[in-house]
Amino acid sequence: MGRAGPMRGVWLGINQGTVCFLLLSCFEALCRVASSIPPLHFLSPPCTRTRSRVGLFLDRLLSGLRHPSFWELPAKPETMLTLLALASVVLLGIVPEQSQAIVIYTGWERHALLGSDIRLSCSFFSWRWTSEDVTFSWTYRPDGSRDSISIFHYTGGAAYVDNKGPFRDRVEFVGNPGRRDGSILIKNLDFNDNGTFTCDAKNPPDIVGRPSSVRLLVFEKVPIQAGVITGAIIGVVLGLLVLIVVIYYLMRFLVARRVFSLSVSKHGKKKKEGSQQRQIKV
Amino acid sequence: MLLLLLGIILLHIAGLVLLFVSTIVSVWTSGETSTADLWINCTTTNAGYHCDPASAGEWIQAVQALMILSIIFSCLSLLLFFCQLFTLQKGGRFFLTGTFQILASLFVMSGAIIYTVMSPQWVPETEAFGYSYILAWVAFPLALISGLIYVILRKRE
Repeated sequence: MGRAGPMRGVWLGINQGTVCFLLLSCFEALCRVASSIPPLHFLSPPCTRTRSRVGLFLDRLLSGLRHPSFWELPAKPETMLTLLALASVVLLGIVPEQSQAIVIYTGWERHALLGSDIRLSCSFFSWRWTSEDVTFSWTYRPDGSRDSISIFHYTGGAAYVDNKGPFRDRVEFVGNPGRRDGSILIKNLDFNDNGTFTCDAKNPPDIVGRPSSVRLLVFEKVPIQAGVITGAIIGVVLGLLVLIVVIYYLMRFLVARRVFSLSVSKHGKKKKEGSQQRQIKV
Repeated sequence: MLLLLLGIILLHIAGLVLLFVSTIVSVWTSGETSTADLWINCTTTNAGYHCDPASAGEWIQAVQALMILSIIFSCLSLLLFFCQLFTLQKGGRFFLTGTFQILASLFVMSGAIIYTVMSPQWVPETEAFGYSYILAWVAFPLALISGLIYVILRKRE
């Protein structure tokens, strides 16, 4: 698909930064080169006055380039690396902005009870701003059939619902095109509504995208998921077991403590009596 | 004495093995070309062997839970037996072990009864009960007898 949002921001930042840096350095370089030409010596004070980091870096770079040994021996690793990094960033940064496709999100499967209402949600992701000509359209394909009919269309700020097909008077637009939400509400479901609903959204000029489908299943009563009751029964019984064990040990502990405190108080009383008798004797 | 101990342990382990087989092997109902319950339903068609997960009805889930609980309690009772063998004072009874084993047998019984009563709702008349179901019914008296022996048994030397 393309690079995700934050990554793209970082990439753009790097691009902008590099372009600025390159422009500044080009300007500085031009300035220096121009001021070194004898007729343009008057340029040198203002050029050298810009004691920017770029200037210092360029100074070092240019002095290194001017040194004869630069061209004979292999250059210093730092300078070479910096040059290489700059070159690669420039080359990679001047990649034309790709137009990413529009991505449409709906649910995968929806379960509903007979006679109830269901909200089928549809939203999309697009690199462009939401245009005023954004369109949403829903089509329906019954189970076991190969034809699909259109049941909803939103365009030019107005929603058009089905008024002839199997969903007449049962479809309502509950989405918010400004927030990229094209959800519809289908009321009073029937078993004939089992099928696949496809949402297609277009955000001009971003129109290349794959429609997304959601499958609707209508039940008389919603079936219980496999394993829920099993887990519940096992959990309850084991929980009771643990509770009984805990209570048993707690009671034993409390009884033991009570017995201990009783025996201590008895021992204490005996000691007191003994000391009182001794006092009386004395 | 040692012989008695060995016999009791063997009885316990036999019951446990039967419980394991009955729970794990999914053949509580078997027909000519299909086996079903407790966990998967498999059928042999022209295209070959094909298995689906068992229906998620409440009663099947209850039977699953009870069988698993019976296994857990039987294992716990075996563990407790070895614990009590070394910690019980002379003349003491293996009450805890016996209780857990009897509880395990009660769970198997409830599971088998629930399956017997409720299975006509989802099993066609032409299909008969499979060997896992029979093993569950065999495991029940084994576990019960084992539990009673533990309750009656007294520790010597």
